[in-house]
Amino acid sequence: MSGRPTILSGGRVIDPDAGFDGIADVVIDRQGRIKEVGPNLAAQADGKWTVIDCTGKWVLPGLVDIHVHFREPGHEYKETIETGSRSAVAGGFTTVACMANTNPVNDTGAVTRFMVDRSMQAGLCRVLPIAALSKGLQGEKLAEISDMIDEGAVAISDDGMPVMDAHLMRRGLEYSKIFGVPVSVHEEDSCLSHNGCMNEGPTATRLGLPGIPNAAEDVMVARDIELAALTGGHVHIAHISTAGAVRMVREGQARGVKVTAEATPHHFVLTDEAVGDYDTDAKMAPPLRSAEDRDAVKQGLIDGTICAIATDHAPHPAQDKDVEFELAANGIVGLETAWGLTMAEVEAGSWSLMDAVRLLTSGPSECFGLETGTLRAGRMADITVIDPGGRTNVVRERLWSKSGNTPFAGWDLPTRVDRTIFAGRTVYVWDGERGRVGTDAARRRR
Amino acid sequence: MSAATDEHFRRKDLLGLRFLSAGEITHILDVAEQFRELNLRTIKKVPTLRGKSVVHLFLEPSTRTRTSFDIAAKRMSADTFSISGSASSTTKGETLLDTAKNLAAMHPDIIVVRHKRAGGALMLANELPDTCILNAGDGRCEHPTQGLLDMLTIRRSLGGFTGRVVTIIGDITHSRVARSNIWGLLKVGATVRVCGPPTLIPMGLEEAGVEVHHQLEDAVRGADVLMALRIQQERIPRGGHFFPTLREYSRLYGLNRDKLRRWARKDVVIMHPGPVNRGVELEPEVIDGDWSVILDQVENGVAVRMACMYLVLGGERAARQEGRG
Repeated sequence: MSGRPTILSGGRVIDPDAGFDGIADVVIDRQGRIKEVGPNLAAQADGKWTVIDCTGKWVLPGLVDIHVHFREPGHEYKETIETGSRSAVAGGFTTVACMANTNPVNDTGAVTRFMVDRSMQAGLCRVLPIAALSKGLQGEKLAEISDMIDEGAVAISDDGMPVMDAHLMRRGLEYSKIFGVPVSVHEEDSCLSHNGCMNEGPTATRLGLPGIPNAAEDVMVARDIELAALTGGHVHIAHISTAGAVRMVREGQARGVKVTAEATPHHFVLTDEAVGDYDTDAKMAPPLRSAEDRDAVKQGLIDGTICAIATDHAPHPAQDKDVEFELAANGIVGLETAWGLTMAEVEAGSWSLMDAVRLLTSGPSECFGLETGTLRAGRMADITVIDPGGRTNVVRERLWSKSGNTPFAGWDLPTRVDRTIFAGRTVYVWDGERGRVGTDAARRRR
Repeated sequence: MSAATDEHFRRKDLLGLRFLSAGEITHILDVAEQFRELNLRTIKKVPTLRGKSVVHLFLEPSTRTRTSFDIAAKRMSADTFSISGSASSTTKGETLLDTAKNLAAMHPDIIVVRHKRAGGALMLANELPDTCILNAGDGRCEHPTQGLLDMLTIRRSLGGFTGRVVTIIGDITHSRVARSNIWGLLKVGATVRVCGPPTLIPMGLEEAGVEVHHQLEDAVRGADVLMALRIQQERIPRGGHFFPTLREYSRLYGLNRDKLRRWARKDVVIMHPGPVNRGVELEPEVIDGDWSVILDQVENGVAVRMACMYLVLGGERAARQEGRG
């Protein structure tokens, strides 16, 4: 693509990849790549340049989410790649990795190709498919992973379906080494979780709901760390939720095992008490856990055990949630609340602003071996501009996602996404009253 | 009717004993006590709820609870309508909420609902602001009228709750009867023990103030009431691995004359929510012995359900307004 050179001038640039935090200008070339980051670059701009004044704003690498569900193909009534992309850029994300539990499952190159094509048509952000580990997510035999990697898949996962066959997991980890991609795992021993639908504990007892013990996650994390040690493959623990799992990942890393982990905002913000009286917007897998687990997840993010915040954005419309708790679908939408929830922890003193940005940019990028999440010269200009004086009010009906399943409706979160730039083009802006999404979003700003 | 306590029950719905105060529970029991007397008369019908309609929405099999509710409603002259699981549209894929909204559009005064999922009754209560919801059992969560009728039976047997020890024996995890009794009895100051294999005791009961036992002898000694729960094969998920066989369960946790003679108080009261698996939870000699109040429980059930219907519809006040008080 070819456009006008652009300069973001006068903002506070925060780039964890470069370890930089200071006032600087960012120059984007005609190809939509970062040309230069540094002080006082505005002098070179002439009348043909697009100048975006970022004075008083924060300029970050575009946020990266390595765990979303965009539901297309197959479940378009929940979300499509286009509506999911809208939700992403409204939340400041320019790169997302999409899980394979679509219908048909993303277990062949053709489905991967379809997802990439759809995301290019939407043209709002980078949608990177994740290849199924097993054919049809059945957990029985390996899918054609090479075929999917060739079409653009960036990782391997049966997310949503635990891989109960340890031998299949072993072979999957070995096979993944051909491609140098991680195997992202949903850690849940389905025998132990049995028919559980929330965390096992006093709240489940009060509500009369079958519980899922921490051990359902812990035994699988223990297994897969040993399999990673055995095979030399890279195992990535998706949506880590228990104190035990965080401890084992930490120990595994100390032993030199290639194990990484991500955590969702809901697991570091909420506990199982959020289920209240059967609030299905607090139902997810893994479930919200105890305060001790939540604090351990937070500690893992602080000390670097967990390298990324990922949303597990899982859209479900009311019809899948307004049912009995035990029958309700698992998961919540997360793309439009992740930044604000992470910032709320900055305000609360849990971690620094630099760490918050790292966990949403360079952290996940390095984990998945992506070239995103940085403002390094030559990389695509994916940039998120934050208004530190703004607030994010979570209003269910105003979410860009097709679904409104969030337990954070009514929350008022610090700072606000002011502008999202994807490959040099503005795809989202806040116009003072509301957000505007689209490849011509900038022109429509009043 | 006058209430014997200061605190009245003024709720639209009866969803669970965990939501109620000690005063509210006592008030319901007091009102039930007065309806109890009515059930012993030759002519058992009063016009209290004439012109009111009661829908029995039973989406899970039930004989005794449903009959008990139906008798209660009819003795107060309400019109009753029954919908069962197999006959309802839920088998055609209609959601619980849609079923309820459709029923509510016909303006019944009370919906008595039994549902196999926890929170079912609460869902209806939140969604239907103009209809009284009586929970007749939601999954393994609560069965408040059973809890109340058990409490009425205990109060009649012991005279009160303070300082009394009630032991609930069996599958606590899957039991809504146990939960309603636990929450209700704790509120009114009784000591509650539960006893069963660790596989069938849910987490967090100790924190709630319940004594947890796995040895039957410890749980029986000193208890005023022994409440055996039914082993509900239908509610236990397949592949649960909770106990090896009914025979072994019965050996460990079944009550027979010999165990009672050795461990129990002489005046111990034996209860069971029914239906009993004879020879599993209780030996026949225990079921039919002098210590058993199992049939009193059933008898008190009708009175408790009359009281609940009467109270959710506004009690004395509403009845007077209608000119039928």
